Amino acid sequence: MSSVINILSGVLIITGALAIIIGLLGVFRMPDFFTRLHAASVIDTMGTMLIIVGLMLYSGFNLVSVKLLLVMIFILITTPAAAQALAKSALHGGLKPALKEKKS
Amino acid sequence: MFEVATYMILFAMLLSLISAIIGETVYDKILAVNIFGTITVLFIALFGFLTERPEFLDIALVYALINFIATIAILKFFEYGDMGRSSHINEESDI
Repeated sequence: MSSVINILSGVLIITGALAIIIGLLGVFRMPDFFTRLHAASVIDTMGTMLIIVGLMLYSGFNLVSVKLLLVMIFILITTPAAAQALAKSALHGGLKPALKEKKS
Repeated sequence: MFEVATYMILFAMLLSLISAIIGETVYDKILAVNIFGTITVLFIALFGFLTERPEFLDIALVYALINFIATIAILKFFEYGDMGRSSHINEESDI
């Protein structure tokens, strides 16, 4: 039974690390700052949640898993606020979103 | 499995540092540093489990909070040009 949980947590952790690398590839590939910000949010939600849920499955229910839950809650609260502040600051700083040009 | 995930996360940290160096505007660089901080929190948590000392999670918790405060402070500096200026004059909040 415990080996099944270990394998499941390993799959979750490695999938989370893959999600982080995919989000960074999105940051490299996207053409505009705001789309880059959009691609970076994959790291904050999917990568964080998968890795921390995998670690919680590995550790079982004790003080360590409560600390992991606190880390996950803090990251899930603070990173959208930081992303929104970054988008607002970039918009006030003069960056325009690259819109599709209308054919006239 | 912790070794493989730790190496993948180290590779991701290298990628985000490259993204911070080649960023076009200052906001790209701030975004890359923010991503680097988030990945560092996960790296500290994974490294604690890799060396079988999960007490490292306290450091990860503190790092998550400091990362958020640092991002907001840097953004305030680049938006208003001053760290100590009150932002109520323009009726705009800090965030």
